[in-house]
Amino acid sequence: MKKLLNTLYVTSQGSYLFKDGECVVIRLEDGSKKRFPVHVLDGVVCFGNVICSPFLLGHCAEKGLAVSFLTERGRYLASVHGPQGGNVLLRREQYRKADDEESSATTARSIVAGKVANSRAVLRRCLRDYAERVDAQRLQGAIGVLDGCAHRLKTPVSLDEARGLEGLAANTYFGVFGELILKKGPGFSFTGRTRRPPLDNVNCLLSFVYTLLAHDIRSAIEAVGLDPQAGFLHRDRPGRPGLALDIMEEFRSFLADRLVLSLINRGEVGEKGFTVKESGAVFMDEDTRKAVLVAWQKRKADEVVHPFLKERISMGLAFHLQARLMARYIRGDLEGYPPFFWK
Amino acid sequence: MRDTESLPISALQHYLYCPRQCALIHVEMVWEENLFTAEGRLLHKRVDAGEAGRRGSIDEERSVPVRSERLGLYGVADVLEMRTGASGSSIPYPVEYKRGSPKVGDWDRGQLCAQAMCLEEMLELTIREGAIFYGRPRRREKVIFDDVLREKVEVSCRAMHSLIEGGVTPPPEHGRHCKNCSLLRVCMPKLSKQRKVEKYLLQGLEQ
Repeated sequence: MKKLLNTLYVTSQGSYLFKDGECVVIRLEDGSKKRFPVHVLDGVVCFGNVICSPFLLGHCAEKGLAVSFLTERGRYLASVHGPQGGNVLLRREQYRKADDEESSATTARSIVAGKVANSRAVLRRCLRDYAERVDAQRLQGAIGVLDGCAHRLKTPVSLDEARGLEGLAANTYFGVFGELILKKGPGFSFTGRTRRPPLDNVNCLLSFVYTLLAHDIRSAIEAVGLDPQAGFLHRDRPGRPGLALDIMEEFRSFLADRLVLSLINRGEVGEKGFTVKESGAVFMDEDTRKAVLVAWQKRKADEVVHPFLKERISMGLAFHLQARLMARYIRGDLEGYPPFFWK
Repeated sequence: MRDTESLPISALQHYLYCPRQCALIHVEMVWEENLFTAEGRLLHKRVDAGEAGRRGSIDEERSVPVRSERLGLYGVADVLEMRTGASGSSIPYPVEYKRGSPKVGDWDRGQLCAQAMCLEEMLELTIREGAIFYGRPRRREKVIFDDVLREKVEVSCRAMHSLIEGGVTPPPEHGRHCKNCSLLRVCMPKLSKQRKVEKYLLQGLEQ
């Protein structure tokens, strides 16, 4: 009976969070306070210079809420979790499967299938809705390439092939992603994916939304007792949340990218909300960041029917269900990992 | 049982309700609270907060820790009424508090019987009966610890220990008991290996 609750995002620099009874209280730098009952929250995310009292951390841990710390610009630093949620048998099985080339390939195939099908669905949706405003031929071409990837994924692939198809799908999709931005002009042109740091406004938005998505998926993975670092498609690299990146693949296009597109296309973020540093790195201002956080939280509350479970759920709960399905697959209740196919 | 870990009596109740539920909680370490578990938790908080003392002619003790080395079980008896036995000795009469109504299955009775068997081992006496107080309706149901129930506790207890030590969660058996299970969403009892992920994958790629 898990319910989607609100995530408390604290972006005001210099604020102090403490516990008062059953409430989280935020004291801002100017001394004003805001309070939120703990039972309406499923997590607290602190950006930058935000301080939490140890009693609040303990209380959140006891209630099963993770408190996470990110830099002001959204790079993940650390989380505080309660003692629950650790099943060593599940994690051992996860490592066994991740070590095994064949079962990694099977899982990676599912993950890439989710990514390819959902990227294609986003392009098709755009082509259908805005046929006159986009370069239909370019989009059609990209869809054709993704069709080819989908076809190849209908039969088993090796791990290297899965990785190759993932790369091809990503390049093809981002090759035409600029077409999906209907608000033309220099402010939101997109020529390709750049990161660390993002070099234009669109990449800046994409990077930030991916951070939010990665954070939520990481929390969901930890909540079901899996290790977010040991992935199947993504090779192990110390400090990299491989499994979180794996499960993110199916959500990027239809959830994160479409959110960025609608923020731009509906004018909810403007060119003035971004600044360019000497190096060319682009950052968004506080208001823009807030607009993204509000839109993200709203998008998570949207209702969808889970394609595999056929249950009506809120989008934010889909992260938990995918993590749960991954755990069920790893423990042997399912013969494969069913990705979230967006329709 | 001596070479194995001791397990909580509540695990036995879970096992009697559904072996998969027991494994999900004690092997997979998952727990999700629902209305029923929350109500149960609050009820036990109230029972535990009550004071020991005399109710009428009966001495009452609350939240009494119990264990059995032989069964490899430990737990807490909600209430022990100390009653005078035939020989004039004091015999504990365990009373367990449950929020719901009397159940068709034996899981509540089995839990109470296991408590009694723990007490028997600790105190070296025989306990013939106890009671379960159900919140709906508010009344007591007497439980006789007969050979059939004791045998069931013994057998289930052994099976539960080997299940948990084996570390393999049994596949779901979807049934009526799933409706009130707090782990329904975690268990996903309708997902079985028959539900072909491969077919789902091909459909998703086809669209």
